[in-house]
Amino acid sequence: MKIIVLAKHAADPESEIHLKDEKTLDERGLVFDINDWDRYAIEEAIRIKENLGGEVVVVGVGKSDDTLRKCLAMGADRAIKIPIDAGMDPFVTASAIKEVVEAEGFDLIIAGLMSQDYNNALVGTLLAGMLNVPYATAVTSLKVENGKIRVTRELEGGYQEEAVLSTPCLITVQSGINEPRYVSIMGIKRARSKELKEVSVSAPEGVYEVEKMYYPPVKKAEMITGSPDEIADKIIQILKERGLL
Amino acid sequence: MRVFAVAEIRLGELDPVSVELLNLANSVKGDGKSEAVVIGKDVGSFAEELAKYADVVWKIEDDSLENYNPELYADVLLQLFEKEKPDLILFPNSSRGAELAPLVASKLNAPIATDVVGVDVKDGIKVSRYIFQGKLMVDIMLKKAECYVLTVRQGVFKEGEETNGEIVDAGIKPKVTPRREFVGIIEPEVGEVDISQADIIVSVGRGIEDASNIELAEELAKLLGGVVAGSRPVIDNGWLPKDRQVGISGKTVKPKLYLALGISGAFQHVMGMKDSELIIAINKDPEAPIFGVAHYGVVGDLFEIVPVLIEKLQKIKG
Repeated sequence: MKIIVLAKHAADPESEIHLKDEKTLDERGLVFDINDWDRYAIEEAIRIKENLGGEVVVVGVGKSDDTLRKCLAMGADRAIKIPIDAGMDPFVTASAIKEVVEAEGFDLIIAGLMSQDYNNALVGTLLAGMLNVPYATAVTSLKVENGKIRVTRELEGGYQEEAVLSTPCLITVQSGINEPRYVSIMGIKRARSKELKEVSVSAPEGVYEVEKMYYPPVKKAEMITGSPDEIADKIIQILKERGLL
Repeated sequence: MRVFAVAEIRLGELDPVSVELLNLANSVKGDGKSEAVVIGKDVGSFAEELAKYADVVWKIEDDSLENYNPELYADVLLQLFEKEKPDLILFPNSSRGAELAPLVASKLNAPIATDVVGVDVKDGIKVSRYIFQGKLMVDIMLKKAECYVLTVRQGVFKEGEETNGEIVDAGIKPKVTPRREFVGIIEPEVGEVDISQADIIVSVGRGIEDASNIELAEELAKLLGGVVAGSRPVIDNGWLPKDRQVGISGKTVKPKLYLALGISGAFQHVMGMKDSELIIAINKDPEAPIFGVAHYGVVGDLFEIVPVLIEKLQKIKG
């Protein structure tokens, strides 16, 4: 089975998010790594390959070398980098990837449900539409059965939907579908000899124009400050006042 | 503008987010119309409910539409939209809406934005949405097009006027053979503790760092007479069972006390606990969105504060 995985090198929302100006992030506090959802995507692909054989090709857009190398170290066979800057625009990203994966051919494309930085959840789904293949999102389990893909996908309130897709198809995975492996020293060594090639594409004009970024207006909680001892006392006092102790 | 809102039927009921979409549609339509679309096997009663908030309700009924299927649903929607030429199409940013909307947008060649919390239609379509899991917001101007697609965050557009719309049978049947087959709906797992019934919840997030630290929360919950729950990363890591997950895809809780330890407060989680009577949050990150929903907040290390709290409670309890 030939599996293509989409992997984004993305800023971690847990790192320091500051603005340089209205339209640009200050990159100084940002920590970049493989997009969290894509860790699960690459792990799922490698597991299928380990069980059934085949090939795993990982595709990244923009500054993605570190993430692509990580995926190779985890067990992907080859990597393709598309050196364009799509910014926040999922339409540009999906269009660029479409060109590459159509030329590659595939049985299955696995993407993460969304990116941890912009949270659009659009690249995978738009790509499925552009490629005209069946798809499913927020997948929480996946089984290959007689050339078809059986999935469960997450709904609201703890419910799940079970569906079967014919191949070629595309799925986006929800976090927790598996336990992604750590990158081993051996894996890193092996990855050095694997192919990471750049492919130029004609990226279309974007459809998003970022007008401004800003901090969300929030009503702030009443903050409790002091030493751990003072904080604990204050919390206990609040609980007593509320009749919870 | 002709603004179409694609209603959502979930587990045999009209989801309230459908009305929220129409509230938004009514607020941006100008001299145009708000038009609901409801898809299913037998949607008469849902159409009547929607007609209270829309100018027009389009019914699309067929036995094959009883269960949601993105290919079938997109097919009938596209048949309707090609005929009626909407200017703006709204979907809920639900599990289903987020899956279906991009397919419709890609076939219509329409710019799409997801999880929007604000829409401005003055000079084109400008949307506001959260990025970085709620830490930042962005205003995006969408490129000029004949039609736009948006998925809308639930719980935002709650206010609206009632209308008295007409119901129209669209007379549309699916024309495609889907390549994705619906097998069934799987019910939520039932665990030994029902967190949705608890008065006191100690909830842990990514900041708990390791499975072995769950004990700390267990100890605190025991002293307070409560139960332990968690946010998605904790469930993903297998540190707590799925039935302890608080959030849209887990459980919604309304306890007297919700103590959030190391939870950043992504929207998905907040929707499951925001109506708690008292929310106290401890988090290292002063920018964590959880402080926007908590009544009391502590910026600090839970591993320094919680043990002291436990010690003091043990003394009180004797």
